[in-house]
Amino acid sequence: MRRLLFSLMLSLGLALAASPLRLATTTSVHDSGLLDAILPGFTAETGIPVQVIAVGTGQALAIAGRGDADAVLVHAPALEAVFLQEGKGVLHACLAKNRFLIVGPPEDPAGVRWETNVLNALRKIYLKGALFVSRGDRSGTHKKELELWQAAGLDPQGKRWYLESGSGMGATLTLASEKDAYTLTDLGTFLFLREKVRLVALFDRDDPRMLNQYSYMVVNPERFPWVHFEGAKKLRAYLLRPEVQEKIGAYLKDRFGQSLFEPLFGRCVIPVP
Amino acid sequence: MNELVEITLRSLFVSGSATLLAALFGLPLGLWLGARARPQRLAASLLYAGMGLPPVVVGLFFYFLLSRSGPLGSLGLLYTVPGMILAESVLAFPLIAGFAMAGVAAKAEPVRRLVRSLGGSELQVHLTLLAESRRVVVAALAAGFGAVISEVGAVTLVGGDIRHATRVLTTAVVIETRKGELERAAALGAVLLGVTLLITAILVVFGEREAR
Amino acid sequence: MIAAEGLEKRFPGFTLRVPALKAAPGEILAVLGPSGSGKSTLLMLLSGLLSPDGGTITREGPAVYLDQHPYLLERSVLENAAFGLRLKGVPRARAREVALFWLSRVGLKALAPRPARGLSGGERVRLALARALATEPKTLLLDEPTANLDPANVARVEALIREEKARGRAIVLVTHNLFQAKRLADRALFLLGGEVVEEGPAPSFFDSPEDPRTRAFLSGEMVW
Repeated sequence: MRRLLFSLMLSLGLALAASPLRLATTTSVHDSGLLDAILPGFTAETGIPVQVIAVGTGQALAIAGRGDADAVLVHAPALEAVFLQEGKGVLHACLAKNRFLIVGPPEDPAGVRWETNVLNALRKIYLKGALFVSRGDRSGTHKKELELWQAAGLDPQGKRWYLESGSGMGATLTLASEKDAYTLTDLGTFLFLREKVRLVALFDRDDPRMLNQYSYMVVNPERFPWVHFEGAKKLRAYLLRPEVQEKIGAYLKDRFGQSLFEPLFGRCVIPVP
Repeated sequence: MNELVEITLRSLFVSGSATLLAALFGLPLGLWLGARARPQRLAASLLYAGMGLPPVVVGLFFYFLLSRSGPLGSLGLLYTVPGMILAESVLAFPLIAGFAMAGVAAKAEPVRRLVRSLGGSELQVHLTLLAESRRVVVAALAAGFGAVISEVGAVTLVGGDIRHATRVLTTAVVIETRKGELERAAALGAVLLGVTLLITAILVVFGEREAR
Repeated sequence: MIAAEGLEKRFPGFTLRVPALKAAPGEILAVLGPSGSGKSTLLMLLSGLLSPDGGTITREGPAVYLDQHPYLLERSVLENAAFGLRLKGVPRARAREVALFWLSRVGLKALAPRPARGLSGGERVRLALARALATEPKTLLLDEPTANLDPANVARVEALIREEKARGRAIVLVTHNLFQAKRLADRALFLLGGEVVEEGPAPSFFDSPEDPRTRAFLSGEMVW
C-alpha cells in the first residue's frame, strides 16, 4: 500500500515538474498501443518521459497550435500543411502509413466487394440507400470520409440511411455492427475489433485515395519559446531511426498477419507542401 | 504497480482534493447564506444555476486559462493533477454551497425560535445551527464528490488523460469504450460506481452518527 | 407574571391590536380565535421573538415559548432536555441531572439515551415541555400544544399544564379547542381579525359572553 501511494505521489511529482515531453496524437495511434511499445525505449535512452495526449487530429493540432504540446503525431496531410504554413510547426516527417477500409455486414447488400474504385463503392451504397455510419466527429477518419463523398460527387447529409455516431472508431464499428451498416475505418482499429463485430472488410485495396499517412511535427520554438524543443527533436530523430522504423512495422504483425503501420522512413507518399 | 489501482487512487485523490478545496469556500458561504434571516435570492439563483454548469464548458474555460498561451500559462498547470483539481473544485463549489445553503435555510427559522425562546443569544443561534448542520454538510460534500468523481468533460480537457500522470476512472472508461473494449469499460465503470458508493456511504454513516 | 398594554403589530394587510392582557402567577390565560386571527403572533410578541410596533410588555422572570411544531435537535432525548440549561452555561453534568428529573416528570426518562428524531408526536411535545421547564421559566407561552395529539397524550399534556400552574407559573395557552380552554383556563381572550373581541374571567367568558360574536364563536357558528 505504501508503495502504491509512493508511486502515486511520484506520478504527481512528475506532472508537477513539467519537464516531460508532451506529444499530442490521434486516438487511433494511441488506442493501438503502438506508442506504449516504442516510447519506453526513447525514455530509457534519453531520460525524457513522454506524456501522450490522445485526442482527435483537429484537437491535437489546436492544442499544439497554442503551445500546449511539444510535438504532434497526426494523420491529416491537408491540415498538417496549414499548420506548417501558419508557422506553428516545423520539422515535418512522414513516419508510417496504412489504409482506410470500407467494412460492412457479410451479406453486403450494396455489392461493395466487387468494386475496384472506392468512389464507385460509395455510389453503390448511396444508390441502394444502404445504412452507413459516419464518425461525425471531425476526426481524421471523418475528414477522409467527407473527402471521399465529395470526390464521388455525392452529398449523403440528411439521408435517412446516413447515421452519424459522433463517437470514436471503436464505438462506431460497434454501432455499425449492431445496425448491419457500412462504415469507413482505419485498418488498425478494425483489426483489433474484427472478432468482436459482425463486420467484414469489403473494400480493402491499394487505392491511393484510401491511403492513411501518419506524420510527426515539432512545435515551432520561435513561436512558443517554452516548448521542449530539444526533446521533441530527439524524439523525431529516434522515430526516424531505421531500427525504430522496423519496430513500428513489426508491431503486432505476427498477431494480424500484416503491418498495422507500414514504415515510411521519412518518405511521404502523400506530399505535404 | 497495478494500473487499475493507480487510476482509482488518482481518481480518489483528484476528486477528494477538489471536494475539500471547494468545501473550504463553499461550506462557509452556504452556511452563512442559509443562516441569514432574509433569503438571498440573487446568491441562491447564482448557486442553483452554477449547479448546472456543464463540465465540458468548465473544462474549456480552464483549458484557456491554464494553456501556455493563456493568462495563467506560466504556472504550467495544464495537463497536471493540480490543474484538474482546480477545474473540479469549480464544478463542486456551487453544489456544495447550494446544498449547504438550502439545508441550513430550512432549519434556520425553527432553530432561531428555539434558541431565542430559551433565552439564548444570536451567537448561540448560529452555533446551534452549525452543530445541527452536520447532515446538511454531509449531503453537500457527498453531492460535490459524487459530481466530480463521475464527470469526464473537464478532466479530459484539463488533464489530457495522460497515462501514469492524469488518467482517472472516467477517462479510462472513455478510452476503453472508444477502443470498443466494452466489457473492460463496464468493469471500470463498476469500480467507479463502487468507489463512489463506498465514499458516500462512509460520509453518510459519519453524518448520521448521533451527537452525544 | 406577564402583562401587555396597548400592544400593536402591523403587517401588510393585517394589524394585531391588544389593549391589555395579563396572566398572573398560577393563572392560565387561554387565547381563542379562528385561524389567522393573530394568536400565534401574539405569543411571539409576548415571548420577545417578534418586537411590537407599539405598546409595552412586562415580563416577571423568564418566559419560554413553545412552538406548535417544536424543533428537536439532532441529538439524544437527554441532550434535548438539557439544551436550555446548556445555553445558560450550566455545566453538562448538572444540566443532565436536571434534565433527567424533568424527563421523568413528562414520562420520558426511559427514552433519555435515544435519538430525539425517533419520537412520536406526543413524545415530541412532552420532550419540548421538559426542555422548556428545565430552565424554570416564570411564564409558559404554549402554542396549541395538543393539536394533532391522541386523547391519551392530550390528557397527559393537560395534566402537566395543570401541575405547572399549581407551581405558580403564569401560562398563556393558545388553543382552538374550546373544551380544553374551558377545562384549563382561569381567564380567556377572544381574538378575531387581529382585534380583541372579549376578554375576562373564564366563568363569565364562557357562560355569559357580552359580545354577540363571542357567543357565535362559542356556540360553534361561523363568525369569520
